[in-house]
Amino acid sequence: MNSATVRNLLVRGMLAGLAAGVLALVVAYFLGEPGVDSAIGLEEAQAHSHGGAHEHEVEVVSRSLQSTAGLATGILVYGVAFGGIAALAFCFALGRIGRFGPRATALLLSGCALLAVYVVPYLKYPVNPPAVGDPDTIGKRTALYFLMMVLSVLLAIAATLLGKRLAPRLGAWYATVVAVAAFGVVIGLAYAFLPVINEVPDDFPATLLWRFRLSALAIQAVLWGGLGLFLGELAERLLNPKPAQAAPGRAVPAAR
Amino acid sequence: MAQHVAQPTATTPVVPATLPLKAIAPWAVFFGILMLILLYFVGAEQGATSVFSGTGVHEWVHDARHLLGFPCH
Repeated sequence: MNSATVRNLLVRGMLAGLAAGVLALVVAYFLGEPGVDSAIGLEEAQAHSHGGAHEHEVEVVSRSLQSTAGLATGILVYGVAFGGIAALAFCFALGRIGRFGPRATALLLSGCALLAVYVVPYLKYPVNPPAVGDPDTIGKRTALYFLMMVLSVLLAIAATLLGKRLAPRLGAWYATVVAVAAFGVVIGLAYAFLPVINEVPDDFPATLLWRFRLSALAIQAVLWGGLGLFLGELAERLLNPKPAQAAPGRAVPAAR
Repeated sequence: MAQHVAQPTATTPVVPATLPLKAIAPWAVFFGILMLILLYFVGAEQGATSVFSGTGVHEWVHDARHLLGFPCH
């Protein structure tokens, strides 16, 4: 019974992730893609001016495929994967993080996940458009980005456990304040001690960079917000089914 | 009077029963790893490390990788 509930929630989580991914895809296509195209335009203009004999790279995947089918593949798989992970985290969190029903638990969880999975690593290692970034440092940048992401997620889990531990002594409010403050302090230390990466070329337009980074944030906000709402709705219907058939028997005496 | 007392309790969310950790663990381990493999292929394959040679995967998800915040190239 319980194992079946976990399975049902997992399936619903992945469906919620797919639906949220579709919303995020719309945002990515209309807000994000213009920035990608402008940056690639700059990159190509630069390549032409630097060396006339610069060989044209063979396009493995055309731009029109990258910006449609490729973009959709990436964002939908990302949505489904995080939908599944969020559903599993929801199974752990339900009834364990305070007096929240399924919908509130799901939205709270996805909000925290947006912060821990995306915003915290993003503030240290922000997203970059094409034409920014030295290909030789890709190994270091990938390692640091994933390190920051894993660190942030583990610290968020640790802060949740700390808050739960402190709640009986301090009360839910102060336990939450202390846990969030502890999270902030350790993340601040990580920000201070991990190496800085700035590979933005001097002549790269600041407004393009700013808009690209904002659009990336919008994509994630829509993805995680949608995921939280969809997962919460599906979980609510699974766990507290509407008393459509059972209602008349019980509701009538209550109305009298 | 009875109605006034009954109404708030009807709208207050019931704290849901927790799912036992033993029931979650096998799903979490198996599907957790599966989902992380999916994320690896969207986020990092043929960038810093490669399971498959070539650049097909990288180029296919190129735009998604940039817009989702992963270091691309």
